[in-house]
Parts: sequence; C-alpha cells; structure tokens
Amino acid sequence: MSDALVRIEGLSRTFDVSKPWLNRVIEREPKAFLTAVADVSFEIRRGETFALVGESGSGKSTIAKMIVGLLAPSGGRIVFDGQPMTGTDGAAMRKLRKRFQMIFQDPFASLNPRWRVGEIIAEPIRTFGLASGAEVRREVARLLEVVGLGARDAAKFPHEFSGGQRQRIAIARALSSRPEFIVCDEPTSALDVSVQAQILNLMRDLQDEFGLTYLFISHDLSVVRHMAGRIGVLYLGRLAEVAEAKRLFTDPRHPYSRMLLDAVPDLAMTGRRRKQVEGEIPNPIDPPSGCAFHPRCPLVADRCRREVPRAVPSGDGMTACFAVEEGRG
Amino acid sequence: MSEPLLSVRDLVVEFPTRRGTLRALDRVSFDIAEGEVLGMVGESGAGKSITGSAIIGLIDRPGRIAGGEIRLRGERIDNIPEDRMRSIRGRRIGMVFQDPLTSLNPLYTVAEQLIETIRTHLGLSEREARERAVALLDQVGIPAARRRIDDYPHHFSGGMRQRVVIALALAAEPELVIADEPTTALDVSVQAQIIDVLRDICADRGAAVMLITHDMGVIAETADRVAVLYAGRVAEIGPVRDVIQAAEHPYTAGLMGSIPTLTQTAERLTQIPGAMPRLDAIPQGCAFNPRCPQVMPRCRTERPDLLARGQGRQVACWLHAREGVGDV
Repeated sequence: MSDALVRIEGLSRTFDVSKPWLNRVIEREPKAFLTAVADVSFEIRRGETFALVGESGSGKSTIAKMIVGLLAPSGGRIVFDGQPMTGTDGAAMRKLRKRFQMIFQDPFASLNPRWRVGEIIAEPIRTFGLASGAEVRREVARLLEVVGLGARDAAKFPHEFSGGQRQRIAIARALSSRPEFIVCDEPTSALDVSVQAQILNLMRDLQDEFGLTYLFISHDLSVVRHMAGRIGVLYLGRLAEVAEAKRLFTDPRHPYSRMLLDAVPDLAMTGRRRKQVEGEIPNPIDPPSGCAFHPRCPLVADRCRREVPRAVPSGDGMTACFAVEEGRG
Repeated sequence: MSEPLLSVRDLVVEFPTRRGTLRALDRVSFDIAEGEVLGMVGESGAGKSITGSAIIGLIDRPGRIAGGEIRLRGERIDNIPEDRMRSIRGRRIGMVFQDPLTSLNPLYTVAEQLIETIRTHLGLSEREARERAVALLDQVGIPAARRRIDDYPHHFSGGMRQRVVIALALAAEPELVIADEPTTALDVSVQAQIIDVLRDICADRGAAVMLITHDMGVIAETADRVAVLYAGRVAEIGPVRDVIQAAEHPYTAGLMGSIPTLTQTAERLTQIPGAMPRLDAIPQGCAFNPRCPQVMPRCRTERPDLLARGQGRQVACWLHAREGVGDV
C-alpha cells in the first residue's frame, strides 16, 4: 500500500443549515446540521483513476472540494504523498498545491470570460514561477497543442469556443503547473456525447503521457466504467462499497451498488425490463437511523436500523453492509 | 396501420435574426403511429425540442413554421388559429417537460391543478374530477395519493413532482404525449422509475409518446422507433434495435460508438472529429460532410433526402443511394 498518492482518512464534513438566530429563538428550533460527508476513507494509488459515483447529495463534490482545499474538513484528514494537508501552513501548502489541480463540470463558468485563453493558461505558470517572459508564451502554445487546440487560440476569448473546446482549455490550464494529481468533478456532464467521447479519450491520452493520477467524479456509471480502475460508491455521504471497476460491474456486493447498476439505462438493454427500483434518496438533513440505505434495502434486518455498518475489507476493496458481512447477501 | 396518428412532412422552422434567418429545422419528416413510442435523439442544437414545440404550436417568437405541415389524424394542426390549438394542446396532445418545477404552478395545490385540467378538457363535475385526479396520482405511483393531493408542488421530491407532471399530462386522456427530456433533471435511480411509469401508463391508455432526449440509453429501453436529428435535419429513422446495433448513417454510427456502455470496455471511444455546426454555418450539401469519415464529392454539393431502406428504416445519406432503393 506504499504506492498511495492520496490517502483519505475518516473524512467528514457537516454544514450548518440552521435558520437565522432570530427565527430559531422565536420558533424554538435547535440548530440544524447537514452531514454531507461522514467518515469516508479510501486511497488513490499513483497513476490510477479512482472514481467516486453517487446520486445527488451523496457527497461526491464535497469530497472533491475538500481534497483540493476549497473546503475545510470537519473531521478526518487528507494525506498527499505522505504529507497531511490539514493544518499545513502557507509555504508548505503552496508547494503541495502545485502538485494537484482540478477540472470543473461547467466550462462556461470555470473560465474567466474577460481573460484571453493565453492568460487563463499562463496564470498558474506565473503564480508558481515555473517560467517567465517568452518562455511562458511557448509553454502556453505547447499546452494548447497538447489538448488538441492551436497556439493561435491563445489570443482568443473563451466565448469564441464551443463547450468541448472550453473544457480542453480548462484541461490545459490544469496541466500548466505540471501536476501529478487532477481532481475531475463531472468533467463531461455538460457536454454532448460525441464531444464527451473526445474529452474522455483526451484525458486517457494525457494520463498515459504524463503519468497523471485522477480522482474522477461522476454520476454517470457508463462513463465511470470506461475511465476508472477502482470505484467508490457513495450513498448519503458514506462509502457503501469500494471495488475494482471490473468486479463492481460484474459482481456488485452492496445492495445499493446492485440497485444503481440495475437502474442505469444502457444501449444493450433494448427491450429488457429492469428490476423496479424502490424509493428515493432520503433527506440528508434527517437521514435514516443505522445504515442510511435501510429503508430502500431488500436485505434489511433489525440491526441495519440500529447500527451504522463499518467498512469491511472484501477482496481488493471494502463493503459497508451487515448483510454482506453476515453472508446474507 | 393505415393512417399515422401524427404525421410531420417537410417541416421548416425559421428564426429571423439581425444577421439573417436561421433554419432550426430543415425539412423534417416523420410519422408516429398510434400507441407507438418514438424516440427523438440528437445533440444540443439538433432541433429535438423545437420539433416538439412546433407540434404543439408553442414556438417562441420570432420563430415561425416556414414550411411543411403537421397532421394529427389527418387533420392539419400547424396553421390553425390559437383558440383551436388550445383545445388540442393538453386535450389531445399532452406534454411533460424536463423541469417539473417549471411545469407546475407553485401557488396552487396539486389537486387544484389536476382538477382544473380535467374539468377544462373533460367537463366533469368537481367531485368526479377529484376522484379522477386521485386515481391518476395513484397510477403514477404517488403513495397515499388521497392525502397528498392537497399538497403544494414544493412538498414533493423531484421524482414525485415529475410523476405529478405525468399525471397532469395524461389527465385529459391525450392521444399523444410529448415528453421533452423528462428524466434529465433526475438521479439515475429515480430516472428508471419515471421511465417505467411513463411507458406503462401510456401503454395502458394506448397513448403514443414522442420521447425527446439526448440519452441513448433511455431511448434504447423505452422507444419502439428512433429518429436521429443532426443540425435540424433527420439523419436516420428506424426500429430502435436496428439503429443502435446497425446504424446506417455515419453520424449515427459515430454517435453510438462514442457512448460508453456498462457491458463493453473499449480502450478508446469512437470519436467524431469536430462539433455540430452552428445554425448560421451549416455546410452545403449534407450537413455532416465535414465530419464524415466516408465523405464523397457529392456530399459536399447535394443534400441527401431520406431514403426508404425497407423494414421501416429511412436514412439520409448518399452512401446508401447507390444500392438501388431510391437511386437517382
């Protein structure tokens, strides 16, 4: 296990979703908290693509934001290449910060519309002092070519590009500080399928070329199947299962993973009837007791309503389910 | 099948702009048979939603239908006055849109909205309408429908709201339901439920469905036939299984290859170079020719029409014109 680049240990995050103080006093309501991420642990190995999947409210993006430092964790820690990131001060953090980058979902929102593409890509290069003067321009031109655009595009503004091209610009910017690790939060969700294929292919090529490690976040299981080596399945802020991609898709263990896989519409499913999916995701402000999945679970037992299941190693990954633990699954 | 339920012929929709007229739909033709589910796929800007809006007479101004015709059971509905269209919209053609919050009025309870719709179109009494509304909610799978009917839309979750919208669309027993991206705003596990509800309830009532979506997986599971749109034109129409497994148009073939699936693990996805042209820059000839791997000189000058290929398949591509059927 020494080849872990990123280690997440017992990560938690709660948000205060209380009403304003005066309302609370008048309506005699206590403070309300939303647990977006609860006790999540996993590791990302050097050079692999680790994916987090889950439906809305499962905590995928919150985890991504904590890893890149956009949100402070409420508990637990993140260890990057042996160095804990929480509590690390300015200078050391800056050094670490250079080694990971993020690609966001919406390339229309993530690029500054008033900046030229050249400046957008050059900013991290200058910030981290990687090059200066004419060298910056050469580096920007090189990066644009790496992502399939042209050196001349540096003089244009983001609005002159289509969604797919903008995502290429966002990728070029992410690559500009020569990172080892890139967090990709739904990088193709805003794109059409034919453009999505181009971006996914590009991301794989870049991984091979630069030996990148990806944390890939998506709600689209087919995309995850295509990209990831290992997958973590999140449900209401907790990891339900971590498994090798191939194993998860052929032999999902956690009842939620099974349900999710059954629900995905797929090209190969023409004319086939799916198993009926039960219920909906509960409100995360008031989650069910015990295992959060128990109200929808076909294998529910008494214990599931009382206790939160622990992550139990199974094969290459882990499963957090009493039914699997007790061999009822 | 003598006469199709809905027949669209050479439909042209144009949007005048300062820099000239944009053609959002360019001679689109297709039929929907009674009780059939026709999938309509394409990437953003291909004209899927405009087709739906044109059928129900709700194209945003200054857009207009500039040519062609739309017939519902043989009767033209594209050039009729607005008051007659209103008696068709909602009554004979129901609608389900992507975002359930925008199709429900937040100021009225679900009961009020359903009862109003039912009474407007079917002329029942308040009490009969209420009974009918409860039965509908029950059928679309709202638990404790009798109690929940008096709730407001915001009391329901996204998936439940979309069920209410489906109930509303079906309230007047329409012959055709146009569902525009009905599950795009929902999570996968809920999406599966909504697709099942939509398909089953329409099958029960013999209502035909025009299912507009960008998600081929949804089409694969739900539709009988599928029409593939590209740059405001129909590229290919056929039974869903044939189109997915043996696409005849190079665009459809590329599109299918570019979709990652759960079952196969290709190292690389098929890649169509470039992107769909903007409406003000649609190339001459076949709109797909600059991206087509099998482009021929003819494709750059002449636009291919939809050619019948047998077994209900039609394709607009010169590659297939040589082989007999519809040869020029």
